[in-house]
Amino acid sequence: MNWGVLQFPGSCDERDALNACRVADRSSGGTSRLVWHEETDLSGLDGIVVPGGFSYGDYLRAGAIARFAPAMEAVADFAAAGRPVLGICNGFQVLCESGLLPGALLTNEGMRFICRQGDLVAGESDSPFLSEMSPGEVISVPFKHQSGRFFAPPEMLERIEANGQVAFRYAEDQNPNGSLGDIAGVTNEAGNVLGLMPHPEHAVEAFAGSTDGLKIFRGPAGVAA
Amino acid sequence: MITATILIRPKEGILDAQGKAVEGALPALGFSGIEHVRVGRIVELHAENADQLEELCEKLLANPLIEDYEIEIS
Repeated sequence: MNWGVLQFPGSCDERDALNACRVADRSSGGTSRLVWHEETDLSGLDGIVVPGGFSYGDYLRAGAIARFAPAMEAVADFAAAGRPVLGICNGFQVLCESGLLPGALLTNEGMRFICRQGDLVAGESDSPFLSEMSPGEVISVPFKHQSGRFFAPPEMLERIEANGQVAFRYAEDQNPNGSLGDIAGVTNEAGNVLGLMPHPEHAVEAFAGSTDGLKIFRGPAGVAA
Repeated sequence: MITATILIRPKEGILDAQGKAVEGALPALGFSGIEHVRVGRIVELHAENADQLEELCEKLLANPLIEDYEIEIS
């Protein structure tokens, strides 16, 4: 799979995300590449990652300014065509601000930046990103964020739950930020857009303590094949 | 040109972590009898007219899911 990993001024996890794309699919010969925020041509790419970091300094609200980047318009078309888009951490915030995903991310309940390894539980989702996992399966990935408290108004939250859009929840007693319903990641209605706060791209090599993140990066290819 | 002052604050009912942190610091500083602290922000700008301000707030300055805004023009 050829992934494009967006790079905004202030992104900081794009290199790890690109590495994860390459590790997940060594046979693709390393044709996955970075996509600068001013690019609008996504032709030749099979999937997009919106990576973590502090796009445009996170000014105003995390992700609020990045959503207006030229590349994001192309990503919206890409997503509307049903192709896979993965937003991680700041990327999740950007996708929520763009309206490609439901909800919003607020400052962590405890005001602290969180940085630790933790467990996620896969939801009952038809998303291609979860095709390599069973519902209820636990994966270990790093939690690393300041504004990760998932929020949606009651009607929206009900819809997200009813539609099977909750892709991941924090494992029992591990909700690090006060997210509603322990929600760590959600998809759009079609399932081809996934956003999550924790970092699967930092969990793709054995030396990092877990390779569970690969399952997410391998999901869309599994479905395509 | 008009000058607009736009007040943005967290919606009522949503935990305002920043406000809570400020409130938590008050006793240590000797303040008492202060509660329900909410922290928002103010955006000041000059504009040719007020036509686009509502849209500007909806699309960029505030996130209507989590924030309320008020536009004051002077």
